[in-house]
Amino acid sequence: MKLKQLESILGGIEQFQSPKIELEQYPTGAHIASRMLYTIHNSYDDLEDKVVLDLGCGCGTLGIGAAILGAGHVIGVDLDEAALDLARDNCEEFEVEIDLVRAEVSGRESSGFSADTVVMNPPFGTRRKGADMEFLRTAFRIASGSIYSLHKSSTREHIQRVALKELGAKSAEVICELRYNLPATYKFHKKREVDIEVDLWRFELAQRP
Amino acid sequence: MRLLTHNMLACNIKGVTKGYPLKIEATKTEEKETDFNAGFLRHIYPKLDWKALREAAASLGLEELPEQVEPSQLEDEDFLRRFHHVLLEIHLEEGALVCPETGRRFPVSKGIPNMLLNEDEV
Repeated sequence: MKLKQLESILGGIEQFQSPKIELEQYPTGAHIASRMLYTIHNSYDDLEDKVVLDLGCGCGTLGIGAAILGAGHVIGVDLDEAALDLARDNCEEFEVEIDLVRAEVSGRESSGFSADTVVMNPPFGTRRKGADMEFLRTAFRIASGSIYSLHKSSTREHIQRVALKELGAKSAEVICELRYNLPATYKFHKKREVDIEVDLWRFELAQRP
Repeated sequence: MRLLTHNMLACNIKGVTKGYPLKIEATKTEEKETDFNAGFLRHIYPKLDWKALREAAASLGLEELPEQVEPSQLEDEDFLRRFHHVLLEIHLEEGALVCPETGRRFPVSKGIPNMLLNEDEV
């Protein structure tokens, strides 16, 4: 599948009507999501025939894209019931099968999950400090192959240090720099839209004993 | 939710030691055909808790899976198709997942299990 085709498909996914500020629900736009998934698929072959877990799946964009690109099994996990309902409707609309589970990503509920590949667009941790790193820690418990995650470029050094020193990643690499065009989603946003610089990270897990 | 996902879910209430596998109480299941992919089945097999899958299949009244899988069976298309059907084509739509130790019920509604724990359970 061509990138443009994927972007156009993902552009049809219905996004949040009323995003929740405390969960930092920003939609993963079709532009970013398609580039992210296209790279994961074409450069690293980490989707096809893999178990893929979308942490904090929201309305399901990344998970649906992974399923379209041939993932063997996709699981989307989110805390928010409204987001999951929307994800389910989107799956029906796009005729893909994703298993959805309501659970707290960084809580005890997520401890049993396992997957080859974790994809996520976690909260950036600007509203609740550390939320981004909690997602990352959970991803390291779940993935056996690689993790793909979006983080603000301003946190690059910190993330690299934590991933390599503390979480024992075999590698931690920024594979793409992106601009996250954020339309004014919430009332506290003063500008109509704002570009945030984000990194697409790829973390490789060390072989487990 | 299909049985591959069920295979990963446990009751993680603080203090619970035997919260796996969760028993399935189904009031509605759906069968949806999915592309057969032998390579994926061979890939996923070693990661599964086979006993839990077998019990789950039995509780849903699906055809019986063998107690143990011989390596040769993973090359046998007839077996792989049965395995595929149980693992990936049966969706639990309505019902509950029940902790074997405490009896705590995790409701499943519109195919989505709610595994959220209450404050006093974490």
